[in-house]
Amino acid sequence: MRYFLSVILAFCSSLCAAQVWEDQRIFGAAEATQQLRILSSTDTSFLVPVIDAFLEDRPNLKIEYLVHGTSTIDLLYRQNPGDFDLVISSAMDLQLKLVNDGFGKQVDDIDLPKSAKWRDTLFAFTKEPAAIVLNRAAFPNGDLPKTRQDLITALRNQPDVFKDKIATYDVRTSGLGYLFATQDARSSETFWRLMEVMGGLGTRLYCCSGQMIDGLVLGDIAVAYNVLGSYAEARAKTEPALAVILPSDFPTTMMRTIFASDAAQTNLEAEAFIRFLIEQQRDDGRNITGLPSVMSFGTQQSIPLNPALLSYLDALKRRTFIEAWENALVQ
Amino acid sequence: MAERPQISGSLFKRLTAILIFGSMLLSIVLFFVVREFAARIAQAGQDSILEASVSSIIDAAVIRDGRVEVDFPYASFSMLDTDQNDRVFYAIRQDGQLLSGYKVIPQTDRLRTDSAFFETRILAQSKFRIASAQRVLIGSQRSTTVSVYVAQTQDSLSQTLKQISLNVGALCLVFFTFTAILSYIAALATVRPLSRLASSVQRRSGEDLRPFKQPVPSEMVPLVSSLNSLMNRLDQTLTRSEDFIAEAAHRVRTPLATVRSYAETTLQRVTKSENRNALKAMMRAVDESSRAAGQLLDHAMITFRADHLDKQQVDLSGIVEDLATSLAPIAEMKDLKIVLRTDGPVHVEGDPILLQNAFRNVLDNALKYAPFETEVTIQVTDSPRPTVTISDLGAGFPNDEIQALTKRFRRGKNAKNSIGSGLGLTIAQDVALAHGGSVALTNGKSGGACVTFYL
Repeated sequence: MRYFLSVILAFCSSLCAAQVWEDQRIFGAAEATQQLRILSSTDTSFLVPVIDAFLEDRPNLKIEYLVHGTSTIDLLYRQNPGDFDLVISSAMDLQLKLVNDGFGKQVDDIDLPKSAKWRDTLFAFTKEPAAIVLNRAAFPNGDLPKTRQDLITALRNQPDVFKDKIATYDVRTSGLGYLFATQDARSSETFWRLMEVMGGLGTRLYCCSGQMIDGLVLGDIAVAYNVLGSYAEARAKTEPALAVILPSDFPTTMMRTIFASDAAQTNLEAEAFIRFLIEQQRDDGRNITGLPSVMSFGTQQSIPLNPALLSYLDALKRRTFIEAWENALVQ
Repeated sequence: MAERPQISGSLFKRLTAILIFGSMLLSIVLFFVVREFAARIAQAGQDSILEASVSSIIDAAVIRDGRVEVDFPYASFSMLDTDQNDRVFYAIRQDGQLLSGYKVIPQTDRLRTDSAFFETRILAQSKFRIASAQRVLIGSQRSTTVSVYVAQTQDSLSQTLKQISLNVGALCLVFFTFTAILSYIAALATVRPLSRLASSVQRRSGEDLRPFKQPVPSEMVPLVSSLNSLMNRLDQTLTRSEDFIAEAAHRVRTPLATVRSYAETTLQRVTKSENRNALKAMMRAVDESSRAAGQLLDHAMITFRADHLDKQQVDLSGIVEDLATSLAPIAEMKDLKIVLRTDGPVHVEGDPILLQNAFRNVLDNALKYAPFETEVTIQVTDSPRPTVTISDLGAGFPNDEIQALTKRFRRGKNAKNSIGSGLGLTIAQDVALAHGGSVALTNGKSGGACVTFYL
């Protein structure tokens, strides 16, 4: 009876755990006995060279790479921290909060500047700006906006052209979108004016940068605000219609971070993976992912890794911010 | 050699040990006091930042549309950024109900409105410092109380404390080294007057019994005073002894001389041969007593004077000449001729009375043992060292006894028939030793005794 019950329970739990992933890939030999599970918000293509190189001299290890949006990653990981060995996310605030709450495992002597790690537990391996990405077709005279103010002016001048052709993150569902929006709001009032203008023109809301870029390529969208610059640059190489603008009034730059789960069993391999990734990602010349390393963009500061990132994750502040954002954008 | 006193520890070692132990104790106390003080300052630093964070959050609390909103500034948490990336927990509560933040922070009933309340607690297996405060918001319907808790781990604080401990430790070590060296110097300085006094006592010659006049530390005044009074008494005793010797010599010799002169006078008048023989025997006995008393007193005097040497420049030739002159009558009685050979004045540092005494005793012996109508030779030379040699042509010293003869009251086997106390050579030897010299006894090649003074 007990056996029967436990079988049912096991069956149920495996069913309940059947998560739908944006992407799910297994690297390494199928018969490998050791396994690393990486929970990540980063498109698999960027991590493939790292994982392949890492597995080269580890025949007994396979890596399961699971991709989801930043908010979902946070949610999934908090539910079962023991199920995942490594967490990679671009939402610095959610990552910092996970480490602050004690989920991360300390990995000593990682050679990174102090600003690129937190508590020797959370490590940044890229530095990526938020960008305004345009479809050149919408700007026939080639007069591309350089700042947010330029963009506001352009939108106001030609509402017919941009009506329903503007995109940005839905900050309610995207962790990274929320991070970008809150940091923008912290930097300047221009952000709210832009949101109001965008709201007036019926902005479409997206979960992820990839979909916004897809929309731009197809011509469904003319302007996407706060898209991940690195993704857009990667696509712009093959899509000449795309123009990637890093706003010059104030840049918002985030760092992609990784930490090893303290609750997981495969800690040693997870540590080794972090060391390997940071080593391979160190300078611009040989950054293995193709994403800009933490040393890039010169002195341009990214959003600092410090407890202030907890501020906008506060339930009250988040409620206040989302209300203001909805008032401006979702009219 | 004086008896070595029993040793019970060392003042210097004891003083050094006490001072060094004291400075060690002081260093340790200093370490803990300074570290404790630094720890409090560091804690006060963390507390004031936590309090600032709490008040910036609580100041942002407002009631809008009947709902509490707390749109606290970004700085509320960014000010909590530390070197060691300390973790931050916080909680915002309305009338005790958690509005947002970490429910792991326990509520406290010691909330105040005017300032923050601080406590240290273990939350989620880590030590947290918690600051909390509350504020009453007056709404249109009712008033409500908002409380804010901000907690932070103490990694940075303990890192700072570790650094401070290291620095304070180094400081205390330097302090200890410095005070230890100072202790050593202080102990040395304290003991120095003592050893200076000791060496000044040692440096003094035996007869120098003047009181010590150099200034000494007040603690040593009793010692030096009693030393001075002891030397004063010793000086008096010595003077009294010399007076006594002079007195005794005078008292004994004068009556003996009187007895002898009476006996001599009587001898002139007495004609009976047996009476004359008796008187002669009496005179011989008186002579012997007189000579013995003289030698005994000489010896006693030498014993005192040797410790109390009255050194001055003396001319050995002069002394010997005077002696020869004064003993000439005795020599004539035996038809002896005293031959004097000198290289002119020979100057030495010495006590003239003692030297004269010594030479007289030896010359006396020579005159006594020399056969009739022979020569007694006195030779004084200056090089290689001042030497006085007195030789006769008598039987010489018995070869087997030659080394023992200078012992007190020891007479040669062949001297049974002559008067003497056996002190003559002893006196000669004592005087020579007191002057840092020696006496050598030899027999001449053709017989005869030879006594040589090396001075």
